[in-house]
Amino acid sequence: MDPSRPNPDAPEMASEIVGKMGFELAFVEEGRDSGLLPLNSLLMDLEEFTVPVAPPELVQAIGTARGWLERILDGTGIFGVEDIRNLNAWHAWMTEALGAWTKGTALPACPPEWVPSNAPAAAIPPAPKPAAPTPPVTSAPSAPTAPTAPPSAPSPKVAPAAAVPSGDEPAIRLNLKDDADLLREFHGESQELLQNIEQGVLVLEERPTDTNTINSIFRAFHTFKGGAGFLHLDALRDLAHNLESLLDAVRRSELKIDKGIIDLILAGADTLKQYTAEIGLQIQGTNAGAPIVVPTRQLTLRLKAALRGEAMPSPAAVATPTPAAPATAPATAAPTPIPTPVAPATPATTAAPAAAPRPTEGTTPTVRKETAAAAAAEGASGFVKLDTRKLDALVDLVGELVIAQSMVVQHPEIQKLSDSGLSRSLRTLGRITSELQRNAMSLRMVPIRGTFQKMTRLVRDLATQQQKQLHLVLDGEETELDRNLVEELADPLIHMIRNSADHGIEMPEEREAAGKPRLGTIRLSAAHQRGGIVIRIEDDGRGLNRERILAKARERGLIAPDAVLEDPEIFALIFAPGFSTAEKVTDLSGRGVGMDVVQRNIDKLHGKIEIQSTQGKGTSFAILLPLTLAIIDSLIVGVGDERFIIPSLAVRESIRPEPGTVKTIHEKGEVVTVRGRLTPILRLGRHLGIPTRSNDPSEGIVVVVESGDDARGLLVDELIGKQEVVIKNLGQTFRNQNLLAGAAILGDGRVGLILDVDTLVKCRPQGATSRAQNP
Amino acid sequence: MATTPDPTAPAASAAKPGRYLTFTLGAESYGFPVLSVREIIRLCPITPVPRMPAYIRGVINLRGKVIPILDFRAKFQITAGDYGDRACIIVVQVGDTPTTQTLMGAIVDAVEEVVNLNAADLEAAPDFGGAPDTRYILGMATIKGGVKTLLDPQKIFLEEGTLALPPAVEPQS
Repeated sequence: MDPSRPNPDAPEMASEIVGKMGFELAFVEEGRDSGLLPLNSLLMDLEEFTVPVAPPELVQAIGTARGWLERILDGTGIFGVEDIRNLNAWHAWMTEALGAWTKGTALPACPPEWVPSNAPAAAIPPAPKPAAPTPPVTSAPSAPTAPTAPPSAPSPKVAPAAAVPSGDEPAIRLNLKDDADLLREFHGESQELLQNIEQGVLVLEERPTDTNTINSIFRAFHTFKGGAGFLHLDALRDLAHNLESLLDAVRRSELKIDKGIIDLILAGADTLKQYTAEIGLQIQGTNAGAPIVVPTRQLTLRLKAALRGEAMPSPAAVATPTPAAPATAPATAAPTPIPTPVAPATPATTAAPAAAPRPTEGTTPTVRKETAAAAAAEGASGFVKLDTRKLDALVDLVGELVIAQSMVVQHPEIQKLSDSGLSRSLRTLGRITSELQRNAMSLRMVPIRGTFQKMTRLVRDLATQQQKQLHLVLDGEETELDRNLVEELADPLIHMIRNSADHGIEMPEEREAAGKPRLGTIRLSAAHQRGGIVIRIEDDGRGLNRERILAKARERGLIAPDAVLEDPEIFALIFAPGFSTAEKVTDLSGRGVGMDVVQRNIDKLHGKIEIQSTQGKGTSFAILLPLTLAIIDSLIVGVGDERFIIPSLAVRESIRPEPGTVKTIHEKGEVVTVRGRLTPILRLGRHLGIPTRSNDPSEGIVVVVESGDDARGLLVDELIGKQEVVIKNLGQTFRNQNLLAGAAILGDGRVGLILDVDTLVKCRPQGATSRAQNP
Repeated sequence: MATTPDPTAPAASAAKPGRYLTFTLGAESYGFPVLSVREIIRLCPITPVPRMPAYIRGVINLRGKVIPILDFRAKFQITAGDYGDRACIIVVQVGDTPTTQTLMGAIVDAVEEVVNLNAADLEAAPDFGGAPDTRYILGMATIKGGVKTLLDPQKIFLEEGTLALPPAVEPQS
């Protein structure tokens, strides 16, 4: 963490740190030094995060505590009674003050004895005005170069963009040096806002008078304007301002939503998106500092014309590289709304009220970015955005709590006690802990809605670009799955939807000739099934052409010329690298990349793809995924004194070999026959360099594991049990090894190592090298 | 962290005045800058990680986080022996950006104290003629008549802690 930059989350981080300090304080004892180092280190964190941005009272109090700790560190190194009392009082005050700071209310007065005589309390300026809800504003705008300046001190960071001569496109310049954090925040927020705008527009196409949606788009532009203004991105601010005025006029019923207005909003959103993308690039260091010029003048003129109720200049004159608006009908501000869905009619399920979060059993996840705005549109405020690291830390701690709880309950001394009150209390404790664990785990789960809704815009654009009539039906958007999975799924889904739109759905004329409705339907659905989740992409297009796939596969040498394949095998060929049956290369798909990327992505998520297709009727892809990547079912095995974790997914079976069934094949190591198949054996103890209990395989257990088409029997001493474990990363210390896939905390609080089955199946047995000298 | 020395700085000026946590290993006394020390915990069961160099003792569960533990005796080739009652694990935060920040632990014989070192107390690491490795030594400090070796946690944990692939685990050709 670079200490020179103020962090926009300062109040939250400060609260977190002070919370930890309270925890450490609880263990501080008179005449001892325990807790001194953690407190010192936490106070340093606090100084780092808060001092540059905090109100003066807080800075004062932190300085006071710093003084105390310095004195202890320089002196005896142990806490005195006075110190402990002081620190506790300080912690109590700090907690209160931080609460006030977060809420933006007045801070409690600093105890007089903390204020050094040379800085009378009266000189301290009043508490800052309440923090506005938008993150860029929350971080007090004090320049990092003046760390103790009160937050109200104005410090211009960016020279306001020079007055733009008329006829020239206004440019914006980023002050990456001073505003890096704010820009990053702004960039992230903007992406979210843009997504909300797009979704809102799709709703408006269906129901042009939906007040909630109009309000939410208005608010999104307004927030955008605020952020841009704060960062002195004038051109951006002005554009957002004009868009906001447009929506405001709509809101006040001065303008009616029609196709022209919708196109304007989308064009505006696209322009803002270009800015955002540029800002994103510059934050990452591309062209840093270069002025950003995005043509906005035409758009501004159109906006102003629309506001005056005049006919708008042709949208074609607007030079936006991504034509957001479909071929527009005569773009006049028609007095009556024309809700003709040339583009896909958005199903009612994506309308704003339905998109609002479903309050499920009080455990609704709090990390749903996508629906935050929808919730805001309803005036509900039941969601907070949360740093995922905090979430992971919470899940970790709850896991620890469960372990600590079971250690208490199973403690021999506790077990000896037969007090019914105590055992009742312990049962209650157990119930609460497991409930808490379930809730904590569910925080990781988010609905797939956000990812699905991105596809509506995609289909809309695809329809325009290909002059096809497409309609996307979403189903099961509320299905919840692990946050990581949701993020990883977006890419493969985009590829598959594109594939369906490009190859599946026919041109309207072709469809009519085949006796189908001109409007092609793509159905995207999610559901829980078989202990996992299944996502289906179905289209009513032309279906997969067996013969063409076969011919292509033969031509590309993917299969032998005389191979006889079943339908599933043929369909699976479309995922082969370099396979493409598209006759012409289009912008969207048909370059032979895409579907094999899909396969790879899904493999990475431990998923499977199944294809069903009927010629002329349509194709259905089913992606089967586990619910989460973080928890796996596992088999715990013992080797010598150590325990190892094998993912159950990779385990085919485990057997105790009969004496004499393990045979040594000359120079090839040992094999055992399992269900008539010769399976090579890997003595895990020998491979890992751990002394085993017995050298005789018939006294151990062979766990047959698979990776791809290969199998291998791992010889272990014993099976300890089956358990669901939370996978933890081993960190960069162990990143260069492939023996372990991770670690997990076992029931007794110790770490168990998860074996990487792929490596074990593929590696050459180490213990056997003496016998198998020649590879 | 603020006082972490710039790794490119010459060894002579690597140690900065400030507070150091001192600890013993065998008969020697060493020090870490206090800024990088997160906490000190009692010796607890360590899960060994197979096929790792001897100085990687394994991993422990630190309140739900899995962190690697280095054995400094093995690292510095100090006569092996059992760790006594006073042995403990110093947990250190290494890495300077939020994405690379990570906790690691080191077993030491005993933690001594936190000392405040002035510039006058500090000396550059002597040139041993190449024999002992001075890469992760910040400098030497003479206090109360004793000499303490000040170590650079960033180097000793990060550079040395990143392990190469154990050679025997290679895919079958």
